[in-house]
Amino acid sequence: MSNIPSDLKFSKSHEWVRVSPEGIAEIGISDHAQGALGDLVFVEVPESGRRVSVGDACAVVESVKAASDVYAPVSGEVLEGNPALTETPELINQDPYGAGWLMRVRMSNSAELDSLLDGKAYEDLLTSDSH
Amino acid sequence: MPFIPHTETDVRTMLDAIGAGRIEDLFDEIPADLRSRALTGIPAALNEMEIGRLMSERAARDGQALSFLGAGAYEHHIPAAVWAIVTRGEIYSAYTPYQAEASQGTLQMIYEYQTMMASLTGLEVSNASLYDGASALAEAALMAVRAHRKSKSARILVPRTVNPTYTRVARAIAGNQNLKFEDLPYCTEGGHTIVESLRHYEGQDISALVIQQPNFFGTLEDVDELTDWAHRNGAFVIAVVNPAALGILKAPGQWGTRGADIACGEGQPLGVPLSSGGPYFGFMTTRMEYVRQMPGRIVGRTVDLEGKQGFTLTLQAREQHIRRGKATSNICTNQGLLMMAGTIFLAIIGPQGLAQVASTCVSRTQALVAALGTIKGVRPLFSRPRFHEAVLQLDRPAAAVLEQLAARNILGGLDLTEHYPELGSAILVCATETKTQGDIEEYARALSDVMKSARAA
Repeated sequence: MSNIPSDLKFSKSHEWVRVSPEGIAEIGISDHAQGALGDLVFVEVPESGRRVSVGDACAVVESVKAASDVYAPVSGEVLEGNPALTETPELINQDPYGAGWLMRVRMSNSAELDSLLDGKAYEDLLTSDSH
Repeated sequence: MPFIPHTETDVRTMLDAIGAGRIEDLFDEIPADLRSRALTGIPAALNEMEIGRLMSERAARDGQALSFLGAGAYEHHIPAAVWAIVTRGEIYSAYTPYQAEASQGTLQMIYEYQTMMASLTGLEVSNASLYDGASALAEAALMAVRAHRKSKSARILVPRTVNPTYTRVARAIAGNQNLKFEDLPYCTEGGHTIVESLRHYEGQDISALVIQQPNFFGTLEDVDELTDWAHRNGAFVIAVVNPAALGILKAPGQWGTRGADIACGEGQPLGVPLSSGGPYFGFMTTRMEYVRQMPGRIVGRTVDLEGKQGFTLTLQAREQHIRRGKATSNICTNQGLLMMAGTIFLAIIGPQGLAQVASTCVSRTQALVAALGTIKGVRPLFSRPRFHEAVLQLDRPAAAVLEQLAARNILGGLDLTEHYPELGSAILVCATETKTQGDIEEYARALSDVMKSARAA
């Protein structure tokens, strides 16, 4: 069973969001997603300053098996992409909810968070997907 | 690997296994109105004898003229061993093979090709080749826009000294993908692009500057200054180079302080015959940091489970079969046969041989310009140093002169009137190492006669 922290929000496409008190959303891919992709070999994060809307393909994660787009779970302005991933994409495999974060976004509409899943709902999604 | 087509019995067995009556039944789910019917406008198939006859007739029309025509495709000596090796059954294929890793020999050859092209252009990584030089420029422009993440404009500056057909192809391929190609003027004195002409663009968002070396007129560009200007102004540099010239000219990776970001061009001068205009092969190299934005196949060297060297297609997540619509390009093969000829050509002649070819071209062209330049009514244009081409201005219509030369079995060059009307009546001439002093004298005599007889403009 993959690790699903209860303090995070999740999208159906397996991104997670951690919101700071200042309204900054830190975004990454879930432990389940990194496990399904396998060893990551390349990550492309967005440029700071880029505006993204919910559902935009805003990053690419490439593993030895596949390449996938990462979709923005919230709208806003990208403050930074995780610079460490250029040289060490495996951080996502090792620590998907910590050092393996992908980008930080200043949210333009915090109401969007309501349509994301909480940890329990995401766990249910994974359970139903596996059937 | 044997290539044996399936027999009717094989087909029957397979159809029976899946319970289908005929192959046609497999396409049932495609609505009838979407199916293509018999093609109109396509003549009936010819048999082998008929097609052989047709092709010999067409080849005969090309004749065996004494050619001083270049303009992007060049007549070079091809050692006999090149095509004797290329046509061996083991490597005689137009494509990257399917189940590529089963063809280790082919992959190793592609790997050697990539190594040679990277070394020749002074850049770190090469793809397995592209269709031709013109489409390679289009792909390079698209790649520059993808890789240059700070530039949003998709504006590409293209000097008018770049092969005009390349620019046309690049516009046709990339113009519909929102790339904007903007012309840069050239110096009418030197026949090159001057850095001052770029001043207008300073402070603007430019994605890339294209620099062709030697340029379409055969003259040499100030590649260092142009490259540094582009990098100071936040633009990528796309080098369009003639690989034969790289035997003596500075490699794009060494241009200016940082070197070009992408190099591309036409591989035909390396062992590929002119053959009525194609097929040829394009090449592309870049810095390792941009490799994931490079289109085309890439072969990598690795080790197998037993630690033995092996070759494999690598970085395939850039490609169509994995990334679908987000792939770097719709190119999913390489120009296998011609690339193979280029590799064997380079392996046979080596760096010294290539340098010798290049410097012989330079001296042959100097001799050609000297011989033609003294003819009344002929004036060599442009003062800059040249590689193996030169522009000659004529005092009467170029088309008529070229026609009369052709009647004497001499291809006198390319009429520049269509692409460069401002030059008046002008032709682009070329002499490679294949032209002897006798050939040059023959051309000079013929041109001298023609200029006496042709009606002045």
